[in-house]
Amino acid sequence: MELFLQQVFNGIMFGSTYAIVALGLTLVMGILNIPNFAHGHLYMLGGYLLFFFAITLGLGYWAGLVMAVIAMAVVGMIMERIVYRPLNEQPHINAFIAAVGSLLFLESFAMVVWGAQGLRVENPYPQMIDFMGVTMSVQRLLVIIGAIVLILGLHFFMKKTIAGATIEAVAQNREGAMLTGINVNRVSSMTFAISAATAAVAASLISPIFMLSPAMGAILGMKAFIIVILGGMGSIPGAIVGGYLLGLIEALGGGYISADYKDVFAFGALILILAIKPTGLFGKGEV
Amino acid sequence: MFTKPIHTKLLYIVIFVAALLLPWYVPDAYIFQVVITSVIFGIAASGMNLILGYTGQATLAHGAFFGIGAYGVAIMTEAGISFWLALPAAALISAAVGLVVGVLTLRTKGAYFAIVTLCFGVIAWIVAGNWIELTGGHNGIYGLGDPTPIPFPFFGPIEFTTQTSMYFLSLAALLVVLFALYRLVYSVFGLSLMAVRNNEPLADAVGINTFATKVISFVAGNFIAGIAGGIYAIMMASVSPSATSYLLTFNFLIFVILGGMATLPGPVFGAFAIPVLMEFLQFLQDYRHLIFGALLIAVIIYFPQGFVGGLRRLNQKIAARRKQKTSES
Repeated sequence: MELFLQQVFNGIMFGSTYAIVALGLTLVMGILNIPNFAHGHLYMLGGYLLFFFAITLGLGYWAGLVMAVIAMAVVGMIMERIVYRPLNEQPHINAFIAAVGSLLFLESFAMVVWGAQGLRVENPYPQMIDFMGVTMSVQRLLVIIGAIVLILGLHFFMKKTIAGATIEAVAQNREGAMLTGINVNRVSSMTFAISAATAAVAASLISPIFMLSPAMGAILGMKAFIIVILGGMGSIPGAIVGGYLLGLIEALGGGYISADYKDVFAFGALILILAIKPTGLFGKGEV
Repeated sequence: MFTKPIHTKLLYIVIFVAALLLPWYVPDAYIFQVVITSVIFGIAASGMNLILGYTGQATLAHGAFFGIGAYGVAIMTEAGISFWLALPAAALISAAVGLVVGVLTLRTKGAYFAIVTLCFGVIAWIVAGNWIELTGGHNGIYGLGDPTPIPFPFFGPIEFTTQTSMYFLSLAALLVVLFALYRLVYSVFGLSLMAVRNNEPLADAVGINTFATKVISFVAGNFIAGIAGGIYAIMMASVSPSATSYLLTFNFLIFVILGGMATLPGPVFGAFAIPVLMEFLQFLQDYRHLIFGALLIAVIIYFPQGFVGGLRRLNQKIAARRKQKTSES
């Protein structure tokens, strides 16, 4: 029972990361119809920027986190402006190839600047808490709490502010939003900034627990895609529920079934589901 | 006759002769190895071009099918089957897996298709690294023998022990594949491929079975990838999970896009020019993907037709201009 609870705790922690990353992806993908395949790599870059601000510049963990998030928001805006906006009117396959290009660029950039070997951000909260037989480090609890705060904050932003309402308007009807005087380009830029910034939050929260490496974004990015496709493009609740579910499935599956093949099950399930329902479980339209 | 600045037929003949004579002027064995690898990657990239360029389906599983071909040949020759039997068999296995995957995934469109095929690519890579009984795990399979000599009247058997013979084997395969693709692309079926790419609902409306067309293109492309993988395995005399990696897929993608999507010489040119160029720019090795990532973005935004496509356009423009001048005077 204690082992089970421990696995559930770990699953929720991983799920928190997945949920935040998938949230950022679902925003750009469902709302702007852009398959940002480099999203996992934005997450990776966010982790390295935390390292840069917190350790290299010596700002400390929290100031480093804030700086990393701001810097990533700028990176997201630059990416939208340079890579995706010129491809707006072209076939989607071109945007996808450009996304692969940016993915290679970002991974190689991290490799050149920080090297291929893993880097460690010192854990600011290494204390352990024992609760009902489950050991949890404070940093891991922080990941879970941080995710909840971020999700609530984003919900508030989308539902209660005008800026959030414009994002939703563009999602529902691009032309209609233009007709009511919404600057669609500004909304895209803002959405990319939010998306990249949330990825940076996820990376900043989890990087004191795991090593940073240039390759860490690839598999996470794919998982985020799986969550978004299964949860429905542009569906924020879908991304959150899907993220926590995938985290739990992996933690329990890794404990009880083969750990080597755990990714195979997740990816295989996606292939099968899309074979039966090509637009995803809750998908509305096509990309 | 010489109205165009680049006379295509003449150019092809020059390239063909240069390719035939290559073993006699290649500087050293290492560069020769790079060239042979380029020929093999040119075969694989041509297969990807059929799916991506002509049919418009962004497959990201091409490295996986290349790997299936490579492992197929490695496992079969290890078991004592002749290479000449193992190569077509491995390519057929590649095509068969492609059929299953294609039927399952080709109902999806656009980015969904790309993600699903990438998922398959990662699965193949994980399986290659972990199914130790069959694939040898992360160490792979090594110490493959040379292909058995072909008995040939008068000259005696043709042996496949030297680099030169391996080069001609891959070159012959490349030419056969290019000829087959040429016949395919310029046939009625080739037109329906492009119709599916340009406007799928319209293609459907004029009576093309779009799903079957896409599946056939996907299977044929993966058959070609299997051939390339098989030759790669026997050339390297070994195979490891990196032969199925998605990085390989991204390399093929770079070759196809930078060389020229939906042109027959484009991917081959890309597969040649880029690795050979990198050999001469060794000091840039660390920045390789930094440069090619940025180039991929720039090319897809500003020159979606790639190098060969762009050259072709320029060639036609200049020819049209000269024609105008001669008719005016």
